[in-house]
Amino acid sequence: MDTSQSPEAETVLRLSGITKRFGALVANDAISLTLRRGEVVALLGENGAGKTTLMNILFGHYTADEGEIEAFGKPLPPGDPHAALGAGIGMVHQHFTLADQMTVLENIVLGTRPIWSLSLGKAQARAKIRKLAADYGLEVEPDRMITDLSVGERQRVEILKALYREARILILDEPTAVLTPMETDALFATLKKLVAAGLSVIFISHKLGEVQAVSDRVVVLRGGRLAGERKTSEATRRELAELMVGGQLPVNEIGPPHPGAVLFELKGVSTPALGGAALKQVSLSLRGGEITGLAGISGNGQAALAALISGTLDAREGEIVVHGTHVGEWSPRAALDNGLGRIPEDRHATGMIGDMSVAENVISEAYRSPRFSRFGFLNWKAASGFADEIIRAYDVKCPSADARVRLLSGGNMQKLILGRAFDGNPDIILASQPTRGLDVGAVAYVHARLIEARDRGAAVLVISEDLDEIQTLSDRIVVMHRGQLSKPSARGELSVMELGELMAGHGPDEGAPHAA
Amino acid sequence: MRLEPRASASPAATLLWPAGAIVATLLISSLLVMLAGASPLTVFWLVFKGAAGSQFALLETLTRATPLIFTGLAVAVAFRARLWNIGAEAQLYLGAVMTVVLGTGAVAMPSAGLIPLIMIAAMLTGALALLGPAVLKTRFGVDEVVTTLLLNFIVLLFVSMLLEGPLKDPMGLGWPQSQRVIADAQLPRLIKGKRLHFGFVLALASAIVVWVIMKKTVLGYEMRAVGHNAEAARFAGIPVNRVIVKTALLSGGLAALAGFSEVAGLKGNLTLDLSPGYGYTGIVVAMLAMLNPLGVVAAAIFVAGIFVGADAMSRSANVPSYIAQVMVATSLLTMVAAIMLMRYRVRWR
Repeated sequence: MDTSQSPEAETVLRLSGITKRFGALVANDAISLTLRRGEVVALLGENGAGKTTLMNILFGHYTADEGEIEAFGKPLPPGDPHAALGAGIGMVHQHFTLADQMTVLENIVLGTRPIWSLSLGKAQARAKIRKLAADYGLEVEPDRMITDLSVGERQRVEILKALYREARILILDEPTAVLTPMETDALFATLKKLVAAGLSVIFISHKLGEVQAVSDRVVVLRGGRLAGERKTSEATRRELAELMVGGQLPVNEIGPPHPGAVLFELKGVSTPALGGAALKQVSLSLRGGEITGLAGISGNGQAALAALISGTLDAREGEIVVHGTHVGEWSPRAALDNGLGRIPEDRHATGMIGDMSVAENVISEAYRSPRFSRFGFLNWKAASGFADEIIRAYDVKCPSADARVRLLSGGNMQKLILGRAFDGNPDIILASQPTRGLDVGAVAYVHARLIEARDRGAAVLVISEDLDEIQTLSDRIVVMHRGQLSKPSARGELSVMELGELMAGHGPDEGAPHAA
Repeated sequence: MRLEPRASASPAATLLWPAGAIVATLLISSLLVMLAGASPLTVFWLVFKGAAGSQFALLETLTRATPLIFTGLAVAVAFRARLWNIGAEAQLYLGAVMTVVLGTGAVAMPSAGLIPLIMIAAMLTGALALLGPAVLKTRFGVDEVVTTLLLNFIVLLFVSMLLEGPLKDPMGLGWPQSQRVIADAQLPRLIKGKRLHFGFVLALASAIVVWVIMKKTVLGYEMRAVGHNAEAARFAGIPVNRVIVKTALLSGGLAALAGFSEVAGLKGNLTLDLSPGYGYTGIVVAMLAMLNPLGVVAAAIFVAGIFVGADAMSRSANVPSYIAQVMVATSLLTMVAAIMLMRYRVRWR
């Protein structure tokens, strides 16, 4: 049954007129969506467009204020998380829900058998899993522990879990965010096999390239409303982007770099592990007037590197050289005193203090300078003045300098962080995941400011898991894998696939299995 | 049921919720009063009269509030920086010990010099008492709730040892009590012949000083930053551990002033019942005040009023004065709920 594109195919899921309000905010405004048998529908939209809310309503985590849901012709009772599962809808979340200390098999079978049954029916289950895995290209050994699996394999387990429960509709929330380019390709192949077998898929994403590669239809959400619906084959990338953003897409012009002297250097640095791998003998030098992009799959030591440069993680061995001088004691204070501007990975946890005001937050790196304090007393007037300056210069949308930062959107918070980090024109800039979770407009803004910093001669290091971002921004790319860095490559020197190989740890020297 | 954060609390809500908390407290307490076989309205009226119905009552309430202001400030300062100082009781007693050590004749000088000297020495003693737990916390990650709490018992036993040994009053007929402090070391009474003493003025002044520190100074800013988000504070270059140690010194010093003021202003000597748990009640006071130093004054007077009023009431209404503790405890719970409702909106699915 591969008449997947035909409009006559049976409708398996119908959401009609879904509206959900949170106080004054309308998260979903009369959204309707249908999914037919054997098709992939991409749900495209920026952060905050209402994609997640819509899926939460489908899965009964929220109750819609208006509208109804019908699965396989039967209405789905609202507010019941079991109803969707029972109706054959499976979801693969961005953050996996697997028990680390159990095997693949146990995770998949978990919750499918009555608790008083004496055996897990392992042999039977194992056979079924093997068959599903073979049918859909989801190779994973049923008896391995989850802790031993790569991120890509864990995702396969999540998909298997849904299939094992006879899901006929599969919803994937930003599934490629954690994958290498090769794993992404494998996932797309699996999805093609699934729809060929008559399943239906909703693919949530904000990446246009993927949406075009995998979907039959695209539903675009913007600001909680349905912005448009297109057949993928008939829509251009530009059209989709404009539907998503609601206007012209901002484009950054990036000119050729003018590399200067080496301003910052790591020499054979090793650190303890932090949020993933530890750094092992990492050497890196950053030149003025150049953006160095650091690519890698999450958890390969990027967090440790960022913390090391920021001054919050101590090196076990190795040297840090700033402006040609070896630095002894390294700390956040030392980093700031040495002219570093730092944008942390996690705005909420590390970047800003949510319960303090905008003014209190923007002075947090400089409050001891005579500009903001004298004889131990703070100059709140100067602090508010500085906050107003940043609000104006960086176009921050916030009620006033006294507003609590918690109330600001991610993009506005990031602008405050930029304003704070770029004050005094630092000539070494560390931007760790600088656009994670931001909408397209804010992404373009952050990129523009980073390019601007480069063009005035700063050495910029951008650490990102988003390969598109790395390729857009970087004059030079290094790839991190298991705490070690690849040799730098110039812009355009390596293809996406070659970078992907490096990200997966297949260096050119080790003889990549897929090498042509 | 779900909680959704409010963007900001309306001015009406900031008044109405705490008012609602007081009403709820009275309603809940009235159940117990009725169980005791009395009329709630009469009992509450008697409590109010006993706390504020006469000059005597009012002065008694303020006298009782004095140590609570100090311990309340100590807790508020520490909690603001997320240093969970449960040991104000110990710091209070150590301040009292230092007051007795220096104030019973060991140092002779006019009171204008002696009183500040004792005060500073007492503060240092309390500060040092909290330095240990603070260093253990910052160096080794030892939980300060455990260390400060357990120190209370150690210090109380230590004081008991002192009162049976070196500090024992030879003229005390064998009671475990210290000698009385000399006249030059005594805080003056504010009104002749009444119990309210200069310690109350010191307490008010301390509240203002602490308020200025928290609002206007670099230290206060650092303390708030560390308390709200230590990781972000560290990232921004704020020396988190040093700030915690400074907070500990300030907090311990403030709590010790409670002991100093009780001995030098009210009791005159040190006994093992100097504090009926002022250090612990300080936690309630600080929470009721939402950690605001000026609010601590109001909360301390409120709590002291209930205790003093309930004592008076129990004498005439035959309801045990334990009702005071129930009322204070209930008011804390309802106030915590009110604060939450001020910040969050409750949504029923």
